[in-house]
Amino acid sequence: MSEQKILQKKSLGELVQKLTAAGNRVLAPVRSGEQLGFEEVTSPRKVADDYIQTTRSAKAAVFPRYEPMLRFTLAGKDVSAEEIAPESRPTVLFGPHPCDAASFATLTAVFTWDSGDAYFEPKLAKLTVIGLSCTKGDAYCFCTSVGGGPGDTRGSDILLTPLDANQYLAEILTDKGRAVVAIAPTLFANANGQAKDRVLAKIAPRFTAKKIAERLPALFPKKEVWLEQSLRCVGCGCCAYVCPTCSCFDIQDERDRYGGVRMRCWDSCGFGLFTLHASGHNPRAVQSERWRQRVMHKFSYQPERLGVLGCVGCGRCSRSCPVDMNLGEHVGALAEAKA
Amino acid sequence: MNNNNGRNQYTPYRMRIAKVTDEAPGVKTFRLEFAEPAEAETFAFRAGQFGEYSVYGEGESVFCIASPPTRKGYIECTFRQAGRVTSALADRDEGDVIGFRGPYGNIFPIEQWHGKTLLFIAGGIALPPMRCVIWNCLDLRDKYDDVTIIYGARSVADLVYKNELADWGKRGDVKLYTTVDPGGQTPDWKGRVGFVPTILEQVAPKAENTIAIVCGPPIMIKLTMPVLAKLGFTPNQIYTTLENRMKCGVGKCGRCNVGKVFVCKDGPVFTLAQLNELPPEY
Repeated sequence: MSEQKILQKKSLGELVQKLTAAGNRVLAPVRSGEQLGFEEVTSPRKVADDYIQTTRSAKAAVFPRYEPMLRFTLAGKDVSAEEIAPESRPTVLFGPHPCDAASFATLTAVFTWDSGDAYFEPKLAKLTVIGLSCTKGDAYCFCTSVGGGPGDTRGSDILLTPLDANQYLAEILTDKGRAVVAIAPTLFANANGQAKDRVLAKIAPRFTAKKIAERLPALFPKKEVWLEQSLRCVGCGCCAYVCPTCSCFDIQDERDRYGGVRMRCWDSCGFGLFTLHASGHNPRAVQSERWRQRVMHKFSYQPERLGVLGCVGCGRCSRSCPVDMNLGEHVGALAEAKA
Repeated sequence: MNNNNGRNQYTPYRMRIAKVTDEAPGVKTFRLEFAEPAEAETFAFRAGQFGEYSVYGEGESVFCIASPPTRKGYIECTFRQAGRVTSALADRDEGDVIGFRGPYGNIFPIEQWHGKTLLFIAGGIALPPMRCVIWNCLDLRDKYDDVTIIYGARSVADLVYKNELADWGKRGDVKLYTTVDPGGQTPDWKGRVGFVPTILEQVAPKAENTIAIVCGPPIMIKLTMPVLAKLGFTPNQIYTTLENRMKCGVGKCGRCNVGKVFVCKDGPVFTLAQLNELPPEY
């Protein structure tokens, strides 16, 4: 049983200041035009309130869009390279919903299943997650279909649930969570037996992830099923870039005459170039095969190989899709499709 | 910054190009030596493994290690100039430093093949991924029964390792059949003319106690497998090595994912029996 505390909403500013003063990088939802993403903040004034979902996920806290790996110097016939250390400041991620908090388990499985990862692991080890329960959802949300929920504590070190306009119920879940309380003990008042369920959003389940995983291998050869769902896909890759669990990456060099940087950057299985061979042969030559890969990878291959689902039901891919593809709907339809 | 013998697995070794060999139009072989001799001491690999070769500023490309682990002190790679990185590689000269990280992937189980007859079938630029295991087995020649190599290319000029083909042809303990596609022969060509599957049918090697190692372009593989089946080879007797596009080499970047398999971790070496279990996305 986790420890319960009460945190006043008006104390958030002080909490951010104390965390920053203690040497933490604090990432919180910040609005920029119509976009909402997790940015570094030092004062609470910029922190966005009242959102259903941020535009971009929180994964950049441990897996940035671009991450320098090496710096190299070109000198005639010789070349030297030195490693660039990853972000090393302890980071407090404030405000991800339970779906985003759950995504770190999937990312961890990918980056550590066989060997470790020198850029991912140090950041994860120093990451503290202060999650925020959902009091409202929208038609795109389907966390309850993939094992999550609007008040799910998985992945959070502290989970905040807004009980009313003024205060959060704070569930202190881990040692990292207790360390945050220790930095600002006066802000966390004792609470007794508060129930959070009454304020949580109601998200109706659309499908059962386990059943989908069992059905997918038989659906793989059904070309028409995948074609029908993806005929309108323009291959823009938006879905992967806003996804909290998509972890496919590219490694690219940028240089001038004297040297440059080798970077790891996000990539997407939805791009034709992703698998194109030098010979011109492409194992996944058309968009419907790439859509199939996206669904199979998240709902079949990853659960079977890594023991984690590749989807947390945040709905971002569908909200961002320029042609209104809807993962929750499409996977729900696969549950009904004839194998 | 570790996790691979204390090394960051994304950081390449510095390799000095010790020798450049022009193999065929657009195809070169580099002999690479470790710029830091101490790294050569701890480096070890086995036949079938591959690596990421990099030209800093241009990027990384993945090829097999084409030299056998029985030859110490260097590794070799053979590549065809096709894109940005391979074009930059082709511009390097002897003495230049490039990057290499690896070895990655699984191996040809050559110990399990002791006492067996080996049949190597390769097409075009797919001989390099097999050269490592061919030399490895030839360097341990008394461990194996007959060794047969069938190698074809589009034209005489496109044959790689011409000197080694000549050497293998002279050896009494190797049966070598070289062939070029119809129209690819020159007036003084002494080898055969015809596609690899046709030559395989003509040579008709026995399947009993034999391991077939096949590598080539998809069309050659597709037409060779039925011939092997007709000769009596079972899917467990046939090995190949896949060449999917890769970036990380360590099972994370997602590129070489085929079904639940990562070609870079579970492969690149697969038996036909294993391939038959995979979706056809390689």
